[in-house]
Amino acid sequence: MAAIDKVRIVVVGDAGVGKTSLVHLISHNEPISHPYWTIGCSVEVKLHEYKAGTPEEKLYFVELWDVGGWSAHKNSRNIFYNSVHGIVLVHDLTNRKSQQNLRKWLSEILNRDSRSQSDEGEYDAEQFAGSSIPIVVVGTKLDLVQPINEKGNNLRLSSIADECGADEINLDCKHVRHLAAGTSNAVRLSRFFDKVIQHRFHSKDSTVCELYVFV
Amino acid sequence: MSFIFDSCVMFFSLVIFFGGGWVFFLKKLFRDYEVQHWVVLLIFSVTFALSCTMFELIIFEILGVLDSSSRYFHWKLELYVTLFTEIVVLPFYIAYFTVSNIQMLPQARYIRVLLTFIAWCGSMYFFWKIGDPFPILSPKHGILSIEQCIGRIGVIGVTIMAVLSGFGAVNYPYTCMSYFVRPVSDADIQSLEKRLMQTMDMIVMKKKRIAMAKRDSLLHSGANKEQRSIWSMVKSFTCTDNVSVLKEETRALEELSRQLFLESVDLHNEQERKEYLKTFKGKYFNLLGHFFSVYCVWKIFMATINIVFDRVGKVDPVTRGIEIAVDYLGIQFDVRFWSQHISFWLVGIIIVTSIRGLLITLTKFFYAIASSKSSNIIVLCLAQIMGMYFVSCVLLMRMNMPIEYRSIITEVLGDLKFNFYHRWFDVIFLISALSSIGFLYIFGHITGIFGHIPYLAALR
Repeated sequence: MAAIDKVRIVVVGDAGVGKTSLVHLISHNEPISHPYWTIGCSVEVKLHEYKAGTPEEKLYFVELWDVGGWSAHKNSRNIFYNSVHGIVLVHDLTNRKSQQNLRKWLSEILNRDSRSQSDEGEYDAEQFAGSSIPIVVVGTKLDLVQPINEKGNNLRLSSIADECGADEINLDCKHVRHLAAGTSNAVRLSRFFDKVIQHRFHSKDSTVCELYVFV
Repeated sequence: MSFIFDSCVMFFSLVIFFGGGWVFFLKKLFRDYEVQHWVVLLIFSVTFALSCTMFELIIFEILGVLDSSSRYFHWKLELYVTLFTEIVVLPFYIAYFTVSNIQMLPQARYIRVLLTFIAWCGSMYFFWKIGDPFPILSPKHGILSIEQCIGRIGVIGVTIMAVLSGFGAVNYPYTCMSYFVRPVSDADIQSLEKRLMQTMDMIVMKKKRIAMAKRDSLLHSGANKEQRSIWSMVKSFTCTDNVSVLKEETRALEELSRQLFLESVDLHNEQERKEYLKTFKGKYFNLLGHFFSVYCVWKIFMATINIVFDRVGKVDPVTRGIEIAVDYLGIQFDVRFWSQHISFWLVGIIIVTSIRGLLITLTKFFYAIASSKSSNIIVLCLAQIMGMYFVSCVLLMRMNMPIEYRSIITEVLGDLKFNFYHRWFDVIFLISALSSIGFLYIFGHITGIFGHIPYLAALR
């Protein structure tokens, strides 16, 4: 176990969007039975095969740090953002405001070092370009959105995913089939994990940062 | 002619308050949520506007603005509409949204409406029953009169007012005054955070071991499908035993990490308070806090005296103050003129601080307990509380006004036993203040209570 490397991914979003359900679904491959409000931070661990199916296949630990979204706890969350290798931004598809608030979350993570954080800290695109941490944007509660959009084709793209060049995944955390092996969601997620590992350990190999914009 | 003019003025002010309620709802309450049912926003703004216009009418009464008969008419109209909203509309919609939220019931529209109607009838019944132990039924009026409804709303509203006042009277001085701030240094916070991160690292390590154990057992069970030797069975048995032990340890560590995190939140809050008190605004509020805490102690004392000596004040503070000034201090001035102005300022300040205080409290409460599923229900409940609160505010304010201005309230609200409400307020206020003091003493801090509600809800 000591020989296996690890990467740290932080999962953020407003309170009640479904981060804990998402993290549980990813790490245990089953939906969570009794989700409770997250106080502080809850961690789950997933074993991920980097570059599965190729000769360079290697096992890594992916730590998913699910940070509680209560605004009252904002002043103490900074310690969880240290040495972060990947960011998962979670929003609720039934609530547009949670998507708009993702900017504040991103700026909270990127500005964790400054002591005086204003409440309305806005995310600055240039700031992000400097750090280049891999990001994925996940929309939850797909089953509650109008059935017409369930195929995912007509869902409004999140502008923040556009700006960061991040992948976008829309799913319903109560059913395993959304992340079953072979689905496009699972492929995107696994590609995100690979990107994080590559960014952390193999950044000398790739000189050009790849930017995806996927529909 | 003047009646039409007066109605225009009232309508115009109603629209302004409606806009105010609308903006408050969108910008403050529903800051993080999308408005999916516009009827909720509408009802909230209407309730807010009606309450504010009621207060406005009192101010007009004191200042003598508008024609007296049209004032009376608008009072009656306001009251009827407010009562209708509080008793019929709000409970109906609360029941409707609650029924819509329950997943287990069939979601066809007519079933929802039917269940809502049943729930509404049930709530009506309880509403009626509340009035039984109180002296509301007077032989002069029939069963379904307006006094009955106002009486019951008054009881509930006065209870809420007294609870909030008692709590606020104890909590405000505690949060604002400097010598209640515990000294917190950076080193304290850092050491606590280090402990928290160490706990998190231990949790991660244990989860890694669980994950490895699960993976190993999967591999082994795959490989040994043919040879089910005793050795492999024993190995898998101890494996699961290890896993459950690890899971237990992880659960305990997670509980510990939650506690440490909440402590860290408290320390950060204390430090922020310390920083705030260094600024000018902080110092100003600190000074206000000193005066206000003296006022709070006096209020608690007066409530006790009122109950012990069975005394309900007959004279309002304005007239009393003027009496003292004229009789003892020998200052001569135009009593009528000054009484009107001082009443205006006193009542105005009471109204503004009540509204502001209630809105701030409701906002904090909403942030603490709302989630995307329950936001509509909670905001409607808050609208209901707000309506009842403001109606009872009017009821109790009667005490603070000189007799010539009380007439409109007495006329419109009918033959209520106002003294009873004051006594009831004093009792509940005292109970609430004493229990807040006890709560503070045991738990040490109430400031963080709104931040800790999720934790209390999450206790398994």
